[in-house]
Amino acid sequence: MGKFSKSSGTSQEIPTAALPDIIFMLLFFFMVTTVLREQDLLVRQQLPKATQLTKIEKKSLVSYIYIGQPRNTDQYGNEPKIQTNDVFTEVDDIIQFVNQEKDKLDENQRDKITMSFKVDQETEMGIVSDVQEKLRKANALKVLYSSRKVAPQE
Amino acid sequence: MARSKNRATTEVNAGSMADIAFLLLIFFLVTTTIANDKGITMRLPPPPDPNNPPPEVTKNDKNIFKILANSQDNLLVEDEPWEEDPSALKEEIKKFILNFGNPGPEGLDIYNSLPPGMKTYISINGRSQDSAEDPTEAVVSFKAQRGTSYELYIAVLDAINTAYNEVYGERVGLTAEEFLALDKSNPIQKDLYDRARQGIPRAISIAEPDKVGGR
Repeated sequence: MGKFSKSSGTSQEIPTAALPDIIFMLLFFFMVTTVLREQDLLVRQQLPKATQLTKIEKKSLVSYIYIGQPRNTDQYGNEPKIQTNDVFTEVDDIIQFVNQEKDKLDENQRDKITMSFKVDQETEMGIVSDVQEKLRKANALKVLYSSRKVAPQE
Repeated sequence: MARSKNRATTEVNAGSMADIAFLLLIFFLVTTTIANDKGITMRLPPPPDPNNPPPEVTKNDKNIFKILANSQDNLLVEDEPWEEDPSALKEEIKKFILNFGNPGPEGLDIYNSLPPGMKTYISINGRSQDSAEDPTEAVVSFKAQRGTSYELYIAVLDAINTAYNEVYGERVGLTAEEFLALDKSNPIQKDLYDRARQGIPRAISIAEPDKVGGR
């Protein structure tokens, strides 16, 4: 017994020199895997649930259209509104928005632009179909209805 | 020399480095959101061409599976009110897609290419004369009104897609999830995908909503 306790005079502390490296590795992991929230949401977003979801293949080809009741109901009222980038848009300005987004892409990729609908589940279809009508006119035919994943019911 | 006296303290104290890194880590944890953008993909029909009006619909009525949703979120499926959950629609749609009421030559080719399990399914369910003639002809039509909620719209669209993905998956021995996860840039998986899709089009028709009800 005594042999062990007296065997060495080295300190009993755990070496913590590698701790910063470990933390830095964690830090880099989170920095790489996360994206900063690009824009402030002005509308309520409770996405609908669905089972058959596909991932976006190329994020650079995706533009987002947010639809829902404004968060600030005192200022903007209860009617659902459309948000693109950081501002509210009207249905008639959607074509212009699509063209702006297409201009950001290479010429040969413009037809592949995907419009991602982030629509609050309480919204009525009227405004969504108005936007879709405009997207057809603007020739942005690929759409993605963003949804939350749920396990399929058997 | 004075320098040699202080040798023990010339090292930079790195003990607080961990704390600094922790602070940064917590900052990134709080300010970032993990990208989780997934959804149901769909292709909109091309814009109507004024010089080239759309062709008259010549489809036989029984080849169209009609789903209507009104602004009270009630469903009308094949002219009958649908009381159950929208997700239960998938069984009906699957039966409809896999119905061989009066198959043409292409339909017979498809029937012969199906695995035995599906042939058994068809011999039990898939010989109805008032349903689709064969999978090449079958179209699922979904029409919502302006007042229909987006939630129901997605639920029905999801049910239709589930039905198709299950049919495609079953053809090549996969589940709907595995079929969806196929990577089209991988040649082997692409081939599997093509074989599953071959001959059975994902014919979903989304009609424009009526200009009544809602806003």
